[in-house]
Amino acid sequence: MSNQAVAMPRKTRGPWAVAFAKLARDRAAMASLTVFLLIVLACLSAPLYAKWAGVDPFASTLDAVIQIDGADVPVMEQSTEGLGLGYTPLGPTWRLGNYFLGADSQGRDVMARMLYGGLSSLLISGAATIFTLIIGTAAGLIAGYFGGITDTVLSRLLDVLWAFPIYLLAISLSIVTIAQGIRIGPIDIESGSLWLPVIIIGIVYVPYVARPIRGQVLSLRHSEFVLAAINLGVPGWRILWRDILPNITTTLIVFVPLMMALNMLTESALSFLSIGVQPPAASWGTIIQDGQALLYTRPLVALVPGLAIAVSVMALNVFGDGLRDALDPRSKVRLGRD
Amino acid sequence: MILSVRDLKVSFRTNDGLVRAIDGVSFDLDESEILGVVGESGSGKTVSLLAVMGLITDPNASIEGSIRYKGRELVGLPARELRRLRGNEIAMIFQDPMTALTPVYTIGWQIAEQIRAHQNISKAKAIVRVEELLAEVNFPNPHEAMSRYPHQLSGGMRQRAVIAMALSCNPALLVADEPTTALDVTVQAGILDLVRKLRATHKSAVVFITHDMGVVSELADRVMVMYAGRVVERGSRTDLFSDPRHPYTRALLGSIPPLTGEKPRRLPAIPGSPPSLLRLPQGCAFGPRCPVHYEHCVTDKPELGIGTHAAACFRVARA
Amino acid sequence: MIYAILRRFGQMLFVMFGISVIVFLIFFATPGADPAARIAGRNATPEVLDAVRHNFGFDRPLYVQYVKMMEKIFVTGDLTSFVNRGWKVVPAVMDSIPVTLSLVFGAAILWVVVSIIIGIVAAATRDSWLDKLLMALGLLGISMPVYWLGEVMNLITQSRYHDSWAFSWVPPLGYKNFSDDPKGWFLTLIIPWITLAILYIGIYGRVLRAAIIESLQEDFIRTARAKGLSETRILLRHALRTSLIAFVTLFGLDFGALVGGSALLTEVVFGLHGIGKLTYDALQNLDLPMIMATVMYASMFVVIANAVVDFVYILLDPRLRTS
Repeated sequence: MSNQAVAMPRKTRGPWAVAFAKLARDRAAMASLTVFLLIVLACLSAPLYAKWAGVDPFASTLDAVIQIDGADVPVMEQSTEGLGLGYTPLGPTWRLGNYFLGADSQGRDVMARMLYGGLSSLLISGAATIFTLIIGTAAGLIAGYFGGITDTVLSRLLDVLWAFPIYLLAISLSIVTIAQGIRIGPIDIESGSLWLPVIIIGIVYVPYVARPIRGQVLSLRHSEFVLAAINLGVPGWRILWRDILPNITTTLIVFVPLMMALNMLTESALSFLSIGVQPPAASWGTIIQDGQALLYTRPLVALVPGLAIAVSVMALNVFGDGLRDALDPRSKVRLGRD
Repeated sequence: MILSVRDLKVSFRTNDGLVRAIDGVSFDLDESEILGVVGESGSGKTVSLLAVMGLITDPNASIEGSIRYKGRELVGLPARELRRLRGNEIAMIFQDPMTALTPVYTIGWQIAEQIRAHQNISKAKAIVRVEELLAEVNFPNPHEAMSRYPHQLSGGMRQRAVIAMALSCNPALLVADEPTTALDVTVQAGILDLVRKLRATHKSAVVFITHDMGVVSELADRVMVMYAGRVVERGSRTDLFSDPRHPYTRALLGSIPPLTGEKPRRLPAIPGSPPSLLRLPQGCAFGPRCPVHYEHCVTDKPELGIGTHAAACFRVARA
Repeated sequence: MIYAILRRFGQMLFVMFGISVIVFLIFFATPGADPAARIAGRNATPEVLDAVRHNFGFDRPLYVQYVKMMEKIFVTGDLTSFVNRGWKVVPAVMDSIPVTLSLVFGAAILWVVVSIIIGIVAAATRDSWLDKLLMALGLLGISMPVYWLGEVMNLITQSRYHDSWAFSWVPPLGYKNFSDDPKGWFLTLIIPWITLAILYIGIYGRVLRAAIIESLQEDFIRTARAKGLSETRILLRHALRTSLIAFVTLFGLDFGALVGGSALLTEVVFGLHGIGKLTYDALQNLDLPMIMATVMYASMFVVIANAVVDFVYILLDPRLRTS
């Protein structure tokens, strides 16, 4: 048959393209990614919103008065109950740009604080994820590749950190750095800096990344192609960079959304315990803490940031699940937990 | 007649289309007869026997045809009824004894579980029976073996435990799916002896699946050769080995090293590979690999003739 | 087996030692400020600072400081708070342990029972709408901050719907001793138990479902079917039983971590004065000696809990017993 001789151009797709196509078909994952990106976008527009609404989310404005339907309404209403002492902050107006979600106990616009708070929550969890991945990968690579005494020391250290309850470690690290910051050689971090929670959360989760990476590197270290490279006299750093790192990239990518979800929860918890983001800066966790005192009178102040965390974390988890199924279905990287 | 299978068809719906794993298989089995089923992987030999056991649980599978056990139709039988037969009157031995036993229970427990699933007897009596069974399959120390976990036994010993389990309810029909493939050659011989001895003592009929013609020649009364979901030749052991008719059977026989005489430098291999079950050729499935090849082998499917020794090949029909 | 246990015991001691060193280094050797000033708290007079320096051996080498600290926490137990002058820290920790244990044990029972049911139901009906619904709810449970969930619970049961028939039984926040008032103990803990359990039900339900589905693919399940066992028996006695090994490992880590501090957020929200609340209050006052003690005791508990779970693990999985 003559037409059979015509060569059919066959599309061969690389593993990345296959994984990407699989991910694009996963509707739950794509929807989650969209939700998460919308949240990021909204938080990035925080300064724009504050400017447009004409509010300062960081200064207390106890005697501010706003106009609703032409009438003057004080942001902090004098309480009429009990002895008549104290104030009840303004409830939600449901008008964009005008105390949409009401005011907090300092008379600040909760909506503006939500956006700024989200920005710090996202920045901290994102930066902590990068920090953890870099340190964890480095530790895993070094321990797994060089073995011997280096491996023993690093692995034991990781074992100890692993057994150390996360919150206790974070609390210990926070409490000693919170008042004076960190000063090690050239590194000088102020006590109110957002870098403090980044570093603390970053350190706490290092074993979560380093241990599985070490295991992978260990098995790659004894694979044929690495042994061949060693016998050919290729220098160790070059093997690590050219042969081993590319083989653990998928694991690292799978870690990103799941770590980020975990970090968001941890950041919010530390901020809630007042050892994360320091006032007057806001994060979703600190807003929940502010709202705790107003829980029964103005519940939205505490409810909305919690909802924002739940939605973001859930979106990250669903997307992370989809990403793992697409990239590395057999991996045992698990969903975030306390 | 203990088992009678007629025109059995099993297919699976997949994303790539319909996979016809079994395409019209018929065979009969008499009491205490050993039927050897031979074929390469993917020839449908395991699937056809899983169908007999009612063990095809894939929701995408469809089973057509008739499977009669002692005159009773099994296809379409309610799960409950089927379960009463399974493990009781019809038992199965699997290929890999390493993974066929639940790792967290002792073998005594697992055998007793089967006995108690089908017989209304006390735990103590079941345990006595387990010990007898283990002795029967030649465990050197049956009492001690009962409290062993699967991982504490060697492959051969595990397979003996699996066989003891299969025999626990005196099945009339025993289905063995390549029970020796995963074992060492020395252990294989012991297992084959065991199957032969048990056929004699328990009067069970045995369907023995294998891809090893050597095993068939030692064990089977009758032989059925399968290729791409169909039976290509069937006959008594002597008929089949002395007068193989289908080119595929001949090729399989050619791939056993001779026991005596000069060893060939290389065993002859069958050229080509089995066809994809998704796209079977219109004519004879073995056609593309067949050394003798007629024109209408491409257009028509040869049918398996009737009679005790038959082959699904046009060449035989012409001869 | 004896060897395995001894080995695990040695490992446990090593980890305990490691954690104590890390805690010591964090509190006494983090660069940036005078540890004496940290321990003495805000507005300490120079005399107090001097006393602290001498008492903790800050004028001596590091290993002496380490030994002194361990002695104060574990041997003499005479570590005192400087914020609340003269308050003995170690007895306060001991007093709070039953509260934390009450919270964590109750929640653990709840989450183990519920998540096993959810895992089985979801695995048995996999890919159905029920399975999808259960898994989505589980994911929601994992994604909510636990302290926020606690506040929502309080809002509903203490304020908004407290007067409705559904929640009028909920007592005010706080803890009642079991020995004084068993009924009150139970009632005050119900809402905290549920709150804490929701997160773990989400995790465990999902993990167990995955493990059961994985073991349903195993060859031994086919053997069990060939034996003529009922589907229920196959699911419960074979698939579930082999999946429980993963479940128990996870349980050990989480149970330990909870007693050791993760229950802190729940304790704070519900005003239960357990170890976590003690730590939280100390955090608000920067009361370092108290934090040192709670961190040290809680981590030791975690390490012991993990070791206990490893032994249970050996009992559950016969394959580990002989190796």
